[in-house]
Amino acid sequence: MADIKINTVEERVKGSVKSRRVVAYVVLSIACFFCLIWFYILIINATRSKGELTRGFTPIPSTHLFENLHNALTGTQPILNGMINSIIVSVCTAALCVYFSAMTAYAIHAYDFKFKKAIFTGILAIMMIPTQVTALGFLQLIDKMKLMDNFIPLIVPSIAAPIVFFYMKQYMESALPLELLEAARIDGAGEIRIFNTIVLPLMVPAMAVQAIFSFVSSWNNYFTPALVLSTDKKKTLPILIAQLRGADFLKFDMGVVYATIAFSIFPVVVVYLVLSKFIVGGLAAGSVKG
Amino acid sequence: MKKKKSVVSYNKWGYIFLIPFAVVFVIFQLIPLVNTIKNSFFEHYRDGLTIIGPNWVGLKNYGKLFSEGNILKYFKNTMIMWIMGFVPQIIISLLFAAWFSDPSLRLKCQRFFKTVIYLPNLIMASAFSMLFFTLFSTVGPVNDILIKLGIIKEAYDFMAHTGSVRTLVALMNCLMWFGNTTILLLAGMMGIDTALFEAAEVDGATANQVFWKITLPILKPILIYVMVTSLIGGLQMFDVPQILTDGKGSPNNSATTLIMCLNNHLYSKNYGMGGALSVILFFITGVLSIIVFKFSGNEDKYGKA
Amino acid sequence: MKKRLLALSMAMIMAAGTLAGCTGDTAPASTTGGDEGGSTTTEATPTEKPVLDENVEVVDVSEEVEGKVLNIYCWNEEFKSRLTDHYPGYTEVDATHGKIGDIDVVWNITPSDDNAYQNNLDETLLKQDSAAADDKIDLFLVEADYALKYVDTDYTMPVTDLGISLSELSTQYKYTQDVMTSSDGKLKGVSWQGCPGVLIYNREAAKTVLGSDEPADVQAAVKDWDTYKATAADMKKAGYYMTATVNDTYRTFSNNVSVPWVSADKKVQVDDNIKRWVDDSKEMYDAGEIKSTENLWGDAWSSGFYPDGKVFCYFGPAWLINFCMAADTDGSIANQGGWGATEGPQGFFWGGTWICAANGTDNKATVADIMRKLTVDKDIMVDIVKKDDDFVNNQPAMEELAASDYTSAVFGGQNPLGMFAAGAKNISLDKISAYDQGCNEEFQNAMKDYFDGNADYDTALNKFYDAITTKYPALSK
Repeated sequence: MADIKINTVEERVKGSVKSRRVVAYVVLSIACFFCLIWFYILIINATRSKGELTRGFTPIPSTHLFENLHNALTGTQPILNGMINSIIVSVCTAALCVYFSAMTAYAIHAYDFKFKKAIFTGILAIMMIPTQVTALGFLQLIDKMKLMDNFIPLIVPSIAAPIVFFYMKQYMESALPLELLEAARIDGAGEIRIFNTIVLPLMVPAMAVQAIFSFVSSWNNYFTPALVLSTDKKKTLPILIAQLRGADFLKFDMGVVYATIAFSIFPVVVVYLVLSKFIVGGLAAGSVKG
Repeated sequence: MKKKKSVVSYNKWGYIFLIPFAVVFVIFQLIPLVNTIKNSFFEHYRDGLTIIGPNWVGLKNYGKLFSEGNILKYFKNTMIMWIMGFVPQIIISLLFAAWFSDPSLRLKCQRFFKTVIYLPNLIMASAFSMLFFTLFSTVGPVNDILIKLGIIKEAYDFMAHTGSVRTLVALMNCLMWFGNTTILLLAGMMGIDTALFEAAEVDGATANQVFWKITLPILKPILIYVMVTSLIGGLQMFDVPQILTDGKGSPNNSATTLIMCLNNHLYSKNYGMGGALSVILFFITGVLSIIVFKFSGNEDKYGKA
Repeated sequence: MKKRLLALSMAMIMAAGTLAGCTGDTAPASTTGGDEGGSTTTEATPTEKPVLDENVEVVDVSEEVEGKVLNIYCWNEEFKSRLTDHYPGYTEVDATHGKIGDIDVVWNITPSDDNAYQNNLDETLLKQDSAAADDKIDLFLVEADYALKYVDTDYTMPVTDLGISLSELSTQYKYTQDVMTSSDGKLKGVSWQGCPGVLIYNREAAKTVLGSDEPADVQAAVKDWDTYKATAADMKKAGYYMTATVNDTYRTFSNNVSVPWVSADKKVQVDDNIKRWVDDSKEMYDAGEIKSTENLWGDAWSSGFYPDGKVFCYFGPAWLINFCMAADTDGSIANQGGWGATEGPQGFFWGGTWICAANGTDNKATVADIMRKLTVDKDIMVDIVKKDDDFVNNQPAMEELAASDYTSAVFGGQNPLGMFAAGAKNISLDKISAYDQGCNEEFQNAMKDYFDGNADYDTALNKFYDAITTKYPALSK
């Protein structure tokens, strides 16, 4: 029955739908081209020797990929170490960020207490403080706390991430009915248990989205790590890449730089593809409705 | 009576759940912020290895910023480049989101498209800028192609013209972020009951009508979220123009953003001027964000909280 | 964050010390301090640049107990590989650790991008007093462009306090000591390299346009700036650009100034010779004789490494040719031995790294030994030339090699060492300031707008003043 109905509707607007579909495919394909071309160029450049790179860009791959990768991995920059550091920092950041933002959002969403409105507005205001604004004071502070050259100042601040909080809060309004919590309480569940076993599972799609975003931004972050980390063993990939690029003119090798960049993008792409099913898959379960 | 008591005891958990956020915020953001504000009233920098100050100078740093710092120009640059990137970005994102969620279109390979459009965001801004720089160099492939096609006669120096530099910055930002925005919008649309669209279709509504009458109003909260976060991100624009212009903001500082200016002050650890600039930036961000909230009539959001 | 070839170029330009040199001319210039403690004898011309005090007492450090850890601060791997390959007794443990005898060597390497190296070094130096003995910096490296920032402070230790007497260092090129002489006449650091530059020309272009590719004939066509400009016009007629970018010639001008960038009362001043670089470059760029206004190290700059780039000449020292001009790539001019070298219109130098001992070091004898081995020991230095193609800071050794049958494939069989050796001897660097790095960088940045026609000279100059006073708040216009 339903099928027949839809078919008739479709016939009515068939012509226009068809042409719109063509337009959509064409535009989307162009967009995809512009999204993917960069990876192609990166990989092409990673296959070229430093001499070849001085010739300017060509779209044809060369043969030096493994040589460049080998040089990158066996060179004096601890690239593998950097990869591990980046993974530690980014995974911890993403995990802390989504967990505690969800918790903060839950506090505002599910409970009623004094100053709640003021606190909510206050958090929104914090959202507007640019990172760089507090960078100077931040550095002075962590120096006093003896946390220089340590991962803690890179990871822990992500607990207070107003932008993620804001998103979670919006999401909860549509996806987390308060009645559910009441029911759980009647069953005798404690508040922390309710949050961990009932609220969090419902938040998975939103948390996946924000986990990707915060993982990626932490992975690619140069600004704070460059200020905080100073020993080679602790440096993250973006710093090592900058270091390669700032290398001595005698040793400077753009081929290795591109190979390292390609190498460092690889894990993010994997993480993204794994988590992306939450974004692009069905996730019908409610969402950010006002 | 009893029930009320238990509600109250539940509600104290609201405070408890806020503790981690509050503690971290106070330590890592509030104290540095207060420090930054304090710094802005002092003369405090390095001359080589000599530390000058801190000496109390009142509002002198602010005065200096406005009298000789070109701060208004940098603000204008920042906003122009943000708008140039944001407008196409939001249009493309809305269009894609509408297409993806339009049941009558029934697009194939949705999953592929949705996955791919976010990918540029995975590339480090620095790497991305390096690529752009090579492509748009006077001896780069873009110039080659344009010359071969006969569109231009001799190589166009993209880095030497205000318009082209700003366009490249905007283009890069747009490319890097439209996927992110689309995903956020899509997440917002997923919540729209598909029955709503089907009903509209049955009633003979055109795609346009569906978009303006159903999709857009429902998307409003998430659109505001996108706008505010993008505006904040835009005011913090740094990597892309910094790298693309090699920190020069050339030509004639027309691509110098506020944070690039801040970065220049940090060169000599100029806590005073850097602090003053930061405070101004803080106010600008706050004022603009409030304007966005007000204009979008979002006050009831606060009320609901 | 950031970059591109460009930023690289920045770091490079810094690396490429572009310092004031002076042929002893006249204008009474002053650097940061004046020359009180110093002496008198070595230079007759009136200049306020400090002169090495030959009578400083050499401290005997042989009795002092050596600390267990030698902390080295630098911005790249170059010095580490010199030490690993050439210093007897150094064994590598891993990428950032090594051993000299019982002493642990700890490398602290921060890239110079975004000034990160100096920021890190400064922070640590400022805490040097309170740091534990094993955490104190013992040795760090500097470049000419900012050497004075460290030399004129108590954070660097005179080499005489390490037990090195000046007479031991007599084989070194004088300019390498100029750079490291403090305002009270003490030598604060030494270098194993010399980086005299020459004009590197495209032999094919020389044959086509000048009728000969012999260095002497080419030299006649570039012997001074007026002749150079006339040649540029001929090159253009034949379809060649004189240089790839406006910045190629910058160092030849900035090494030959009569006043330093910053005066004693901390005012920024633009030397006439720098202004001349602006005028000449603008004229030649507008006439189409220079290919691009882009930075060095960019794609336009390197396009001339290949025959179809149509660039006549580059300015640079030995390392530029060997490592940067794509000699290992088929089809490049260097690969075919198509370059020649000649003195060019003016002498200059580009690059170089200096070793400083940090005050507070507990490894004086080891630091002194490293300095002696790498910057004085002839056998080791000749070894560096042979293995690493560096031009070393040892006058007799280089002159010997210049007279040998050494030839350079890149230069089509020419032996350029004599030219380099002669150049190194003539460089004089007494017009430097502690702020040269920022001045050179910001000046070139600002002038790009002028060359591109986006600003007139005064606007560009004001942009320079704005940028430099932002970067160095202590300076004024």
